[in-house]
Amino acid sequence: MPDEVKTEYKWVGKRNPRPDGVDKVTGRAKYGADLYLPGMLTGKILRSPHAHARIKSIDTSAAAALSGVKAVVTSADFPDIPKSPGPHGPIIFDFRDFSWNMMAFDKVLYDGHAVAAVAATSESIARQALKLIKVDYEVLPHVIDPVAAMQPGAPILHEDQITEGADEKTAKPSNVYRIPRGEKGDVEKGFAEADIVLEREFTTKAVHQGYIEPHACVADASDDGVELFCTTQGHFVFRSACAKILDMDISRIRVTASEIGGGFGGKNNVYGEPVAIRLSQLARRPVKIVMSRDEVFRATGPTSGAHVRVKIGARNDGTITAAEGEVTYQAGAFKGASVGAAVNCMFSPYDLENAKVWGYDVCVNRPKVAAYRAPGVPMAAFGVESVINELADELGIDPVEMRLKNAAKEGTQNIMGLKYGPIGFIDILEAMKAHPHYSAPLGENQGRGIAAGYWLHAGGISCASVNVSDDGTVTLIEGNPDIGGSRASMAAMVAEELGIDYASVRPIIGDTSSVGFSHLTAGSRVTFATGMACVQAARNAIKVASDRAAKIWGVSEDEVVWEDGHARPAGANVGDHKPMSLAEIAAKAPMTGGPIAGHAEINATGQGPATGAHLVDVEVDRKSGYVTVLRYTVFQDVGRAISPDYVEGQLQGGAVQGIGWALNEEYIYGEDGCLQNPGFLDYRVPVASDVPMIDVCLIEVPNPNHPYGVRGVGETPIVPPQAAVVNAVGNALGIRFNDLPVSPPKILKAIKEAGG
Amino acid sequence: MADIQYEAPQDLSAASALLAAGGGQARILAGGTDLLVQMKSDLIEPTLIIDIKNISETRTIAAENGGFRIGAAVPGAELGEHEALSAAWPGVVEAAELIGSTQVQGRASLGGNLCNASPAADSVPAMIAAGAVASVVGQNGARDVLVEDIATGPGQTSLASGEIVASIFLPERPPNSGDAYLRFIPRTEMDIAVVGVGISLTLDGGGVCTAARVGLGAVAPTALLVGPAADALIGTKIDDAALDNLAAATSAACSPIDDKRGTIEFRTDVAGVLARRVASIALKRAAK
Amino acid sequence: MAKHHVTTTINGDETEFLCQTEQTLLDVLRDELHLTGTKEGCGTGDCGACTVTIDGRLVCSCLVLGVEAEGHAIETIEGMADGDTLHPLQRNFIDMAALQCGICTPGVLVAAKNLLERNPDPSETEVRYWLAGNLCRCTGYDKIVRAVMDTAAKMRGA
Repeated sequence: MPDEVKTEYKWVGKRNPRPDGVDKVTGRAKYGADLYLPGMLTGKILRSPHAHARIKSIDTSAAAALSGVKAVVTSADFPDIPKSPGPHGPIIFDFRDFSWNMMAFDKVLYDGHAVAAVAATSESIARQALKLIKVDYEVLPHVIDPVAAMQPGAPILHEDQITEGADEKTAKPSNVYRIPRGEKGDVEKGFAEADIVLEREFTTKAVHQGYIEPHACVADASDDGVELFCTTQGHFVFRSACAKILDMDISRIRVTASEIGGGFGGKNNVYGEPVAIRLSQLARRPVKIVMSRDEVFRATGPTSGAHVRVKIGARNDGTITAAEGEVTYQAGAFKGASVGAAVNCMFSPYDLENAKVWGYDVCVNRPKVAAYRAPGVPMAAFGVESVINELADELGIDPVEMRLKNAAKEGTQNIMGLKYGPIGFIDILEAMKAHPHYSAPLGENQGRGIAAGYWLHAGGISCASVNVSDDGTVTLIEGNPDIGGSRASMAAMVAEELGIDYASVRPIIGDTSSVGFSHLTAGSRVTFATGMACVQAARNAIKVASDRAAKIWGVSEDEVVWEDGHARPAGANVGDHKPMSLAEIAAKAPMTGGPIAGHAEINATGQGPATGAHLVDVEVDRKSGYVTVLRYTVFQDVGRAISPDYVEGQLQGGAVQGIGWALNEEYIYGEDGCLQNPGFLDYRVPVASDVPMIDVCLIEVPNPNHPYGVRGVGETPIVPPQAAVVNAVGNALGIRFNDLPVSPPKILKAIKEAGG
Repeated sequence: MADIQYEAPQDLSAASALLAAGGGQARILAGGTDLLVQMKSDLIEPTLIIDIKNISETRTIAAENGGFRIGAAVPGAELGEHEALSAAWPGVVEAAELIGSTQVQGRASLGGNLCNASPAADSVPAMIAAGAVASVVGQNGARDVLVEDIATGPGQTSLASGEIVASIFLPERPPNSGDAYLRFIPRTEMDIAVVGVGISLTLDGGGVCTAARVGLGAVAPTALLVGPAADALIGTKIDDAALDNLAAATSAACSPIDDKRGTIEFRTDVAGVLARRVASIALKRAAK
Repeated sequence: MAKHHVTTTINGDETEFLCQTEQTLLDVLRDELHLTGTKEGCGTGDCGACTVTIDGRLVCSCLVLGVEAEGHAIETIEGMADGDTLHPLQRNFIDMAALQCGICTPGVLVAAKNLLERNPDPSETEVRYWLAGNLCRCTGYDKIVRAVMDTAAKMRGA
């Protein structure tokens, strides 16, 4: 718990009740699979059993003839979309990729790739129908490792893909889509100046966001348009994707976001939604598609596994003189691994004169990757932080001191040229040093590890409307699905601005027809950008209300100020007018010009990055390689904690995901390129008994670009845990580990090789 | 496709008759924690499910001849709640209670765990160590089968057509006896055993081991009774040398596979490590 | 084939439904009875989102056939509050931010309630092991465990 709750604000920073709290503890809240419409059909998707194959033919006739089947689709039932890397309005991905991922066009590119779908009157009939669909595959050689996929002779996924920047006339088809780069200073000069240079290689495995709610949607198509109810991190983005994939006008599709049972980036993209719409159009009945857990693992978007090479040079006093990083990421079946973010962030906690990063975005026969909380950065940071720890070790410098020596601060410019405003990296490192956990004694076979991390955050487009009812209570409409309590924060900010009771503001997540485009609930942007839109909308409503007071008082508009929930005369000379509350002004609104409202449509900029550092103690059973996490403390610069309990929750949740990533989570493939562990039994996320309490230290260095100092908090927590945990294990054993996950067989093998 | 039939007979002979008539397409339903998972993944496609939970013998724990007869469909949670059983056979009970989660414990049974015949079944090494005997009821009446003789391979049992395991008998404990079970899993809960060891032993008045049985799981096509491992303990005071021999004999008995849960090397090593630890716990319990 | 006609008690109410053999209790609760508070997270008994009790015993409803409910008493999340009054666990989960997305929450609450009925004074370890079958991906379990123990203390009058 934070030591003190802010008192300077009335609602911001306090523990306000969540609007959805009671519904969620009673089971009333409606998630994606919880909608039932009259006449609704069950949709099910047939998926490829092969990692890579050409589709020679699909015969759906027997399935279509089965009694109870009302529609059957393959890619032939969807419009052809040309290759279109975008941007498309605010959206920067290639819709053809999303269409071909949603349903295979001429090739299946991964085990689980969708090839056909049916809608039927019951689940059992739908399952039977899938078994009746005959697909003739020509199995092709597959490749699942990105380094292997870059070699000459590797199976090629897309014959029309050449590496970006290559000569279109001479270049051969490649699995490498692009090679993002970043550079600052002169790394060769920097390495030459170093007293010590360490170069290390690391590997990480693909991991999944692991949200407990599978993807689910209900589509109801009529001649007038489509109603889509789905679990999503961005119903506006889903609307655009469906419109493009189905060649429909955007305004003909209305998407309502259900409550969402976890996303972490994995619900940024459409999978079954356009399929459900198409089936509904053909069957002329609502269609529900809910993914099984098996489908979620095989056919949604895990994050990239990676090869990471890090080279860092330092002087004997710990100053880093040069840093170089090369990352090779699995993109999965279609281009788009988050290499750019790795380039942007991996060295960004540090103030470096010379740095160079580049990376490869490589297609392989795996599901197309999606964002997973600070996408692209944890893998790279694992390497960077491990090398910094090793350097500190070699130089005999405390690892926190080493980071302090090189810490970024206000005015530091990173590899992308971003100049930082106020950031709290030094503060969190000092807090770690001073924390009792840092100097607590360690027992036998116990070790301690630390690591830092940085994430850049997003701003972006958000819209909001504030409508004041004639009793003075307020409806706030915003467009971002609430993953972690954001609607409460929006209501708090609006209540703060208007000067009214938090309980008088009802936040609603509007459907796509009820409010303007809002970009994804992702990039930790909602409290920042949507918060800004809500604040702006509230301020616009205040202007309207103030102007009405002026009208009522017969004074000019600039003679009225808004303070403490009331319109007041700006000075004594304006006249002796009794201040009017929002409720009083609203009651008179019909006579003064109509309802009081304010709205805002913004593209927020000025988002602040967040730095974090984690400290962990582990104990290792030398005889079996089993790791117990004993103690964990998270330190993070959180800007301003609008809802402190929920900020803590973000840090704790991200840390535990990172612990799973470090110790046990991985996608395991067979020689046949098929996923062997598409379930929670063998895809091992941490359970309650696997982890201790996660202590949290919130440091607030407000972001001056936001009315309440907000900077994103949700993503940075997943960047440090892997290196922190693995380095703690290494510290306990005196052995370094460069490959994730450090599962017990790996640890035991290393112990034995080191002499027991 | 035919719909699945469901029957819930009231007695064993009716259940056995249904099972025999169903050919290979009928399946017994006890707790359902394996059956339903296999049905959903299309691993099996039964046409008839025979629910034995309405048959009273399969749901009771009864003292018998100094030992205990445990109905094949008794959920793991009930085993732990039975004081006398937990006191006599803590190893069998703790093994059964490691299966899955609290929720799975509400349904999963010794009978189901045994007949599902997974090489990694948690309760089986402990039952083997205990010398447990399955009462098998079929068209020709009942017969007793040592638990180690039920599974013949992964998912395969020695049961003939129409035969059902109705109960498991745990024999009377001589004084100064103790049993224990440990498994290795990568998390703290919820995993399938990577290797599992169950040991039951008896001491004489002087602290010398006079009898022992070692059950070993997840390292061969079936759980094993490891004679040489037991021999390493018998006649000793279970000192360090005996434990070394036990560990070596246990590792030597392993013929595991490399799979997503563990490597051959890892399982073989850890089998020995666990054997030592299990023997120490069983020793403490025997000496109490 | 004719469906099974099942008579059972759900949250104290006598309830009847029709189901096919292959429909699980979870399928029936959600698709036939529209008690959608119980969730499907995996369908294989590995996540606990479908947790209910049968005759006071915690089970994964995805691993129970609907037809097996005949003659038994089922309790779901919908039966946890007493009319308008939340159960202390429900109240405390909200107050102590023990839920973020909330999808695991019904399963966790049903499991935690059952724990406190059997053990009114559980240790942190006991709470964690009892809830090991309830996966949560948002909270990292910290606030969930704190809320359960705090509620236990409140209910004991401690």
